Amino acid sequence: MKGHDSSDLARERDASVHVTGLLTSAFTAISHKAHARGNECNINFKMQFMLLFSRQGKLRLQKWYVPLSDVQKKKISREVIQMVLARKPKMCSFLEWRDLKIVYKRYASLYFCCAVEDQENELITLEIIHRYVELLDKYFGSVCELDIIFNFEKAYYILDEFILGGEAQETSKKNVLKAIEQADMLQEEAETPRSVLEEIGLT
Amino acid sequence: MLGYDVSWAAFNIVEVMSSSKFTYKRIGYLAASQCFHEGTDVIMLTTNQIRKDLSSPNQYDTGVALTGLSCFVTPDLARDLANDIMTLMSHTKPYIRKKAVLIMYKVFLKYPESLRPAFPRLKEKLEDPDPGVQSAAVNVICELARRNPKNYLSLAPLFFKLMTSSTNNWVLIKIIKLFGALTPLEPRLGKKLIEPLTNLIHSTSAMSLLYECVNTVIAVLISLSSGMPNHSASIQLCVQKLRILIEDSDQNLKYLGLLAMSKILKTHPKSVQSHKDLILQCLDDKDESIRLRALDLLYGMVSKKNLMEIVKKLMLHVDKAEGTTYRDELLTKIIDICSQSNYQYITNFEWYISILVELTRLEGTRHGHLIASQMLDVAIRVKAIRGFAVAQMATLLDNAHLLTGNTQRNGICEVLYAAAWICGEFSEHLEDPMQTLEAMLRPKVATLPGHIQAVYVQNAAKLFATVLQKHEGETDSQVAQETSQLLIERLPLFVQSANLEVQERASCIIQLVKYIQKLQQKNVEVADEVTALFAGELNPVAPKAQKKVPIPEGLDLDAWINEPPSESESEDEKPKSKAVFAKEEPKHSRRHTEVDEKELARRREVRKQEQANNPFYIKASPSSQKVFDAPGVEHIPVVQIDLSVPLKVPGMPMSDQYVKLEEERRQKDKADKKKKDKKKKREKRGKGRKADSGPESEEDITPAQQVDIVTEEMPENALPSDDDDKDPNDPHKALDIDLDKPLADSEKLPVRTHRPEVLKSPAEDRENESIPQESKKKSSKEKKEKKKDKEKDRKRSKEEKKKKKKHKEVEEELMESQPEEAVQSEDTKEMAVPPTSAEEVTAPSSTAAVDTSSAAAAESEPDEPKDTEPEDTKSSKHKKKKQKKEKEEKEKKKKKRHHHHHHHRHHSDGGGEDSVQNGTVEDEEPLPPMSNYSLLAENSYIKMVYDIQGNHQDESKVVVSVIFENKSDSFLKSMEFNVLDSLNSKLQRPDGAGPHDGLTVPFQLPPGVSNEARFVFTVQSIVMPQKLKGTLTFIVKSEESSTHEKLDFKLHFTCTSYLITTPCYSDAYAKLLESGDLKGSSLRLEGVNMPFHHLLARICFHHHFSGALTSQRSL
Repeated sequence: MKGHDSSDLARERDASVHVTGLLTSAFTAISHKAHARGNECNINFKMQFMLLFSRQGKLRLQKWYVPLSDVQKKKISREVIQMVLARKPKMCSFLEWRDLKIVYKRYASLYFCCAVEDQENELITLEIIHRYVELLDKYFGSVCELDIIFNFEKAYYILDEFILGGEAQETSKKNVLKAIEQADMLQEEAETPRSVLEEIGLT
Repeated sequence: MLGYDVSWAAFNIVEVMSSSKFTYKRIGYLAASQCFHEGTDVIMLTTNQIRKDLSSPNQYDTGVALTGLSCFVTPDLARDLANDIMTLMSHTKPYIRKKAVLIMYKVFLKYPESLRPAFPRLKEKLEDPDPGVQSAAVNVICELARRNPKNYLSLAPLFFKLMTSSTNNWVLIKIIKLFGALTPLEPRLGKKLIEPLTNLIHSTSAMSLLYECVNTVIAVLISLSSGMPNHSASIQLCVQKLRILIEDSDQNLKYLGLLAMSKILKTHPKSVQSHKDLILQCLDDKDESIRLRALDLLYGMVSKKNLMEIVKKLMLHVDKAEGTTYRDELLTKIIDICSQSNYQYITNFEWYISILVELTRLEGTRHGHLIASQMLDVAIRVKAIRGFAVAQMATLLDNAHLLTGNTQRNGICEVLYAAAWICGEFSEHLEDPMQTLEAMLRPKVATLPGHIQAVYVQNAAKLFATVLQKHEGETDSQVAQETSQLLIERLPLFVQSANLEVQERASCIIQLVKYIQKLQQKNVEVADEVTALFAGELNPVAPKAQKKVPIPEGLDLDAWINEPPSESESEDEKPKSKAVFAKEEPKHSRRHTEVDEKELARRREVRKQEQANNPFYIKASPSSQKVFDAPGVEHIPVVQIDLSVPLKVPGMPMSDQYVKLEEERRQKDKADKKKKDKKKKREKRGKGRKADSGPESEEDITPAQQVDIVTEEMPENALPSDDDDKDPNDPHKALDIDLDKPLADSEKLPVRTHRPEVLKSPAEDRENESIPQESKKKSSKEKKEKKKDKEKDRKRSKEEKKKKKKHKEVEEELMESQPEEAVQSEDTKEMAVPPTSAEEVTAPSSTAAVDTSSAAAAESEPDEPKDTEPEDTKSSKHKKKKQKKEKEEKEKKKKKRHHHHHHHRHHSDGGGEDSVQNGTVEDEEPLPPMSNYSLLAENSYIKMVYDIQGNHQDESKVVVSVIFENKSDSFLKSMEFNVLDSLNSKLQRPDGAGPHDGLTVPFQLPPGVSNEARFVFTVQSIVMPQKLKGTLTFIVKSEESSTHEKLDFKLHFTCTSYLITTPCYSDAYAKLLESGDLKGSSLRLEGVNMPFHHLLARICFHHHFSGALTSQRSL
């Protein structure tokens, strides 16, 4: 869990672009099409892994729902990132890779990329990606790549509340955010009194 | 993490996980979920921590633990925590229930034995009041069912109901996908589905749902296969909708539309063909993946009429295409399209040859060999085209420098291989053989790959023969002599080749030519003799030909194990020697062997001898020998095989004219074919169909090569395995499928029921022995098991088939009589009610699966039935089964009964009585979640059975699970469950409820349905047995009226009902045994005529004792 070193970060800052502007334009298109009803329910779908990476190919977030060794993970993500980055903007968001389907979507400088099983519904997967971006957006308030870099643990928490073991567990944005907020609160509550006690204990 | 290796920190992560602060815990679990994998050894340290967090009062602790667990579940964790997670599935907070349900799927994958015990509860969650939990349950069950649909067929009615009633797209998509998996197993389901699905397609505005529906409709229609007329409407609808998708500007939709379209294409090509325009349009798309999809579609859309047009279009694209991969793809597609089903759609082969020639202009393609083989194939099969083809090839050879030009990669120059061969083989069609000969002997040729040079040399000799033939009659022998001279001048270039093949052929031919030249100078006529070297016609060989070679008389195939038939033939015949040679250079077996004959006579002689004397030589390569020997078997005069040809396409030319030609030729060739066959063939051919390949294979006796044999047999092997009901695959499949496997196996398992957790495996073994022969020892038994494995597999597959049939029947009933729980009749007996009625498939065997806490046990279980099975014949089993049913519980030979039972399962899954039996077996289930249900109360409306379980988490509480079964034809609702508390035992009521308020049962019961509710009691003293009086009130609602009813009952809390199973570990157990206190034989019971260990087992079951006791019997 090491952070990035400073020069790295500086570069990132330059590169990062606000995702939100795109949120409104690019996304609404899908979400309209993808589903009209069924906002507050469960998505079902078997995801193998989810990667977030920048246009430069820097991995920002990875979540694996299949246990793999680090070496394998690295190899796969390198391969997938390469493939996705090679795609041109006008191309469709689906790739067949090994026996999986890669579904990706670009939001500003960030690529969101999921690998799902062959039989899965690609549109639903796109929808999930979009949901996740919306969640990030709500939580951080107009999210940008830097938010994810600096608060990666939050991004993971949100993802965990949203997807469990490769299945989307909660599609209601409200519920997810509520759970996160409460957990955050619990965290803060737990932190403040304890630290005071500790100080007392120390002195 | 973040690209850094953090494996060193694994232990620290565990430390952070166990911090009591939520902040740290959260971080710790996050880190663990990111870094841990199955190989991480510290995972085993986390078990207790996770268990603690799971039972934490703080829902977020639990949530965090569940989330983390989902990422690094290992089989060990799954086994140890399965029970805890199962408990969480009934947690009060939907937040936790939801997560627990979802994570259960992961647990199933890692620890399949947990599926049976957990399934009833999982099913129950389908009706959870919280929509989130409900859809989580749908998710998990759908996911399970998709992997192993046949075990879940019984749930179809339930899901059907959900599908028609749900408005939740996410759930709908999952259910629809599930149905797509179920329909192949149950075609009737498909028929039933079509209507609601088409309705959805019409009504939905959600593209993802639409897409899913279309996909499933397609799957359904495929499974209905027969393509019933009344479904053409739904196909039309799908195609229309897909068209809309494809026309959409969104690339994603376009892609998916094309993808789905290609599925329709397989079964309903006509309906897709009408959209040719649209698909051709997609070829111009910017996105390569869309173009590729469109290409796939084109394959199925061609007809005789439009083939040329489509190919022309594709050729345009070939010219435009930028990336080589896409261009190669185009090239292969063009060839695929043209050559499909024996060139069915090609009406003009000259056109096709020119297309192929055009394709050779592609630079840097990898598919030169493909074009080459097409050229060869067409030239050989289509006699009429040979003249044209030869002319084209001659031009190609002439311009060879264009092809080989800058690309050293052997890509396109493969074409020269074909060109040279065709020119040589059919040189009689050449207008100017001299010129071609000259072209083939250019110095530049030496830069070509070796195998191509070899063909050049060989065919130069053929051309030479032709030239001689042509000019010999003439008085002026100038030309012939010039030709000889040319060869003698140029061939030395090849003699120096680094490639042995080329060298050998060249030096052979050069000697030949020198000799001929001498003769020429003496004015001897040699042309005929030289031509004779290359006489004879090559025919395509059908892939099945080898099989059809009749066994020569007097040859006994079975006589020698190691002596293949062709070998024995080959030994006494000349061709053998050729074969040996040919084996080394299979590509040119025919001509060059003959040419070499002279040169290599001596060597061959030696080799022949060797072979004759050395049996091993022959054995080592029987198949290759076969290939070449067979021709020598007198059936075919001169013909030998050109390997490259038959490899590609079996069968014959399609257009009628060629067919006729072929037929003539063939008739010449084969003397020994049966006339019946011929007639059939002709008839077929008369119809102008492509069906030739089948008949031809019979006609053409020419042997096939090794490769063909292989390809032939592959499909045959594959087919039976498919028929086997997956069984052969089961053991090998990944975890997902293992999951199902327990289900199937467990079907057999009920036997094991009373074995409680820990030591069951020895116990089981013992049990097995006890029936057939008490004296058998474990080890011997294991061996036996292994031997029988195969047998078992076979049996199992049979049984599964039967079972499947049964399923279908059940299914049928269900489908007709509205979605109702399948097994209502199940609960008719008192003791024997499985928690929820409908899961007939799973319930009976779940017990068995539960107690297996170790993998070994699980393995030994399936074997058990087998051991005894062989002893009774099936029919007797059947009878016994019935008798036993009547005898009710008193059976003494549990063992046999179990077997029957298990059999029974397979034979009649739906039967009410069976399920009762299963139930009884289940009673004995050791694990808390599945334990014995006994009758609580019953009237004409409702029956209640209950079971009391201790609570692992809180020892002051017990959980009473009550199954309510609606026995009436009416709807039961507003059920209230109330108990008069005693001092010792109190019913736990929600906050704010008075001590005398009843608890509302959280569900309603449609007729015939049963469901389970759990009530928690707090207990002061566990040494006091209790009887609590209680009442159930409910409203019976029938069509006309509704009445209020009530039912009184008494809850018996015996002391043993408070006991909690705790494993007794092996060391403690061993001590017990050492002490000598445990001895079954030392005990004598009067008036009990069942074996001691059965009695003991019974006691243990009904009173929650652990299995350690029971297992003692075995020692």
